[in-house]
Amino acid sequence: MMGYENQGYEEAHLYASREEMETLVLDEPSNGHHLSDHRSIVSLHEAHHTLSPPAAVISAVDDPLVSSSSSSSVDHQNPNLPFNSFLEPPSYADVIFNSFDESNGDTNGHESPKSLPRSASSNSDYLNISVTEPYREQEMSNSLVPGGNTYVTYLITTRTNLPEFGGPGSEFSVRRRFKDVVTLSDRLSESYRGFFIPVRPDKSVVESQVMQKEEFVEQRRSALEKYLRRLAGHPMIKKSEELRVFLRVEGKLPLPRSTDVASRMLDGAVKLPKQLFGESVAPANPQEVMQPAKGGRDLLRIFKELKQAVSNDWGGSKPPVVEEDKEFLERKDKLMEFEQQLSNVSQQAESLVKAQQDIGETMGELGLAFVKLTKFETEEALYNSQRVRAADMKNLATASVKASRLYRELNAQTVKHLDTLHEYLGVMLAVNSAFSDRASALLTVQTLLSELSSLHTRIEKLEAASSKIFGGDRSRIRKIEELKETLKVSEDAKTCAVREYEQIKENNRNELERLDKERHDDFLSMLKGFVVNQAGYAEKMANVWEKVAEETSGYAKDGS
Amino acid sequence: MRRQALDIFVNRIASHHELQQSEDLRTFCQADEETMERARSQETGIFKKKPADLMQIFKDVQSRVSDVVLGKEKPVEESNPEYEKMKHYIFELENHLAEAQKHAYRLVKRHRELGQSLSDFGKAVKILGACEGNGLGKAFSELGTKSELISIKLQKEAHHLLMNFEEPLKDYVRAVQSIKATIAERANAFRLQCELAETIKLKEINLDKLMLTRSDRVGEAEIEYKELKAESEEATKRFETIVRLMNEEIVRFQEQKTLDMGLAFHEFAKGQARLANGIADAWRSLIPKLESCSSA
Repeated sequence: MMGYENQGYEEAHLYASREEMETLVLDEPSNGHHLSDHRSIVSLHEAHHTLSPPAAVISAVDDPLVSSSSSSSVDHQNPNLPFNSFLEPPSYADVIFNSFDESNGDTNGHESPKSLPRSASSNSDYLNISVTEPYREQEMSNSLVPGGNTYVTYLITTRTNLPEFGGPGSEFSVRRRFKDVVTLSDRLSESYRGFFIPVRPDKSVVESQVMQKEEFVEQRRSALEKYLRRLAGHPMIKKSEELRVFLRVEGKLPLPRSTDVASRMLDGAVKLPKQLFGESVAPANPQEVMQPAKGGRDLLRIFKELKQAVSNDWGGSKPPVVEEDKEFLERKDKLMEFEQQLSNVSQQAESLVKAQQDIGETMGELGLAFVKLTKFETEEALYNSQRVRAADMKNLATASVKASRLYRELNAQTVKHLDTLHEYLGVMLAVNSAFSDRASALLTVQTLLSELSSLHTRIEKLEAASSKIFGGDRSRIRKIEELKETLKVSEDAKTCAVREYEQIKENNRNELERLDKERHDDFLSMLKGFVVNQAGYAEKMANVWEKVAEETSGYAKDGS
Repeated sequence: MRRQALDIFVNRIASHHELQQSEDLRTFCQADEETMERARSQETGIFKKKPADLMQIFKDVQSRVSDVVLGKEKPVEESNPEYEKMKHYIFELENHLAEAQKHAYRLVKRHRELGQSLSDFGKAVKILGACEGNGLGKAFSELGTKSELISIKLQKEAHHLLMNFEEPLKDYVRAVQSIKATIAERANAFRLQCELAETIKLKEINLDKLMLTRSDRVGEAEIEYKELKAESEEATKRFETIVRLMNEEIVRFQEQKTLDMGLAFHEFAKGQARLANGIADAWRSLIPKLESCSSA
């Protein structure tokens, strides 16, 4: 059997059309859990097959079966020219369900900015962002590597009517590189602790080496666009100073850069001896507790919190304050369960999409095989029975090819709808991040409370000891004074920390409310879209096949 | 030089047991001048040809001689253009049909795979619905149930496709293969017939010779000759039967296959339409439930 396949396709007559059919068949999501949008799939697939640009491919699909070229000579590109009269051109108008797809108001419009199917809220505010024109630029600073380093910048264009950005009809652009996006993301994480902040695209260093340059850049561009649009969709973050500055300010991004772990540790290590040997015992700035210990330079603080964490888990006594919000804990558990099931459904959705793609492909191949048979029988016909058979085969072939096309379109829409699943996997990452903000803030509070408690104890002991000495113990008294100073600073720090913790809890609560509502809407929309889509295309396919069944009804045994 | 070459040439032909029988040689050696003149003036016939062509004939004869001597006889085949066309048609047809059948089988598999993935998807969605709770949870559950239902439809259709579409195609392929077998039989029969015919010719000449020399082996030879004659007649009859049957069968075959395929296509289309309608109905029945969810 294998031999026939080679023979059949090496004849090459219909090789072109098969490839063309395949290029519009969706590539399966291959990088992890991406049900990425149709446009990026098509461009990815083309990069794989190094075919001509999208426009040519899409029109070329019509070629083998539909082209209305009047040339009578059969050339290798259009071997089926004799079949022009047999197959009507597809009327895409009646195949794509604009009316059905309520969630995607603009099925064809890849320019639609919505990353989630929720349409723009009832108010008329908008903040539309697009990322375009990737550009390779030279690193200006002296680099150790001769020949310089290059990086890619993207044009970020914003259209908005929000007052923060300059009122109605504002439109502006800036050029940013990926590092700037990382900075933005980090600064937002610091300022909006406890919020469900959309997660930025990966740095994916390995992928950038392995993939083709254009492919990688395109993938990143698309990911960046989605990310910025999600940020713009978050009710708090879209009004943030960080985002505004990112979108508006031309030239260098005026946000403090993140430092890498190594330099921070180095800084911390310099200060550590002083901290340990008592010269500066308390945190110099109580405000520092507003940030988690881990991302900072205060090694001593990191150690203390680590000690606290260990004692929480393994120590005999209960920590000074614990997570008591039952409602929160319940919701958290439910969400974790939800995340797990969501991941499972997302995987199955991927398999479903692949299976739909496969059946469409095979249907198309069957159709093409029958087209060849039809041509063959017609050319070699000696008997009328052959001509009749050829006509029957033609009908079947036509229907198969149509059905194959319908499967392809069905799948494109399915991917769009089920993309919501993937979106929410991303949202869950943001949720987990927000929950860990809460946990680390709690840890800071616990650590400070423990510290205060131990300071109090030390002071008491010293006071008790010194009271026994008549006239006072100068050194002890001095020590007590010092400790009381430390105590005061620590009290301030604790107050800050508690305030921060409460704020984060509040943020969590609000975000959970928002999440519940949006989740409900988004998933319902997804379900509706998916179901309507499936029903619509099934109906179309039924029509196609009913026609063939009718045409061949003469052959049916009586009573069937 | 020429005289010498010609001498050698004519004697060589004369000494070859097959070529010595050739009519042309006899004419060349024996015909009187009158007959020769006639032969020369004929449009056709080897004696019309120019010396250069004579060389070509000599070369052809030479190659045939060497073939016979080396035992490299070219296989004897019918030179019937219509039959050639038919053979070519059959071989090509087998290729095309095999490809179609392959894809038909794959399509059956795809139905099963899609069914399986819908079933898995449905199960996963139901579990998600269970942990979601409230209206949305219910919606998920309904979707999951429908998916499983549709999965069953797909499995059924896969079976129907296998029985009523792929199987007839396989039958078709088998029928074509059996025609190929008949073609081989016919070729064998033809070859046998030719071989026997040639052997008979030789035996005839031999018999004549024996009769002329009044050899006492005449009787033996006569018997042999008669036996061979009978065999040859049988072989010829057999060959002619095969030819006749083939011609009849081909017509019947084409007609039968049109009917068989027509039915297969009908079943295929019916099955697909039934499946598609079933799927459309199933999904459509969900829509009002989803609508009621969103208003809740």
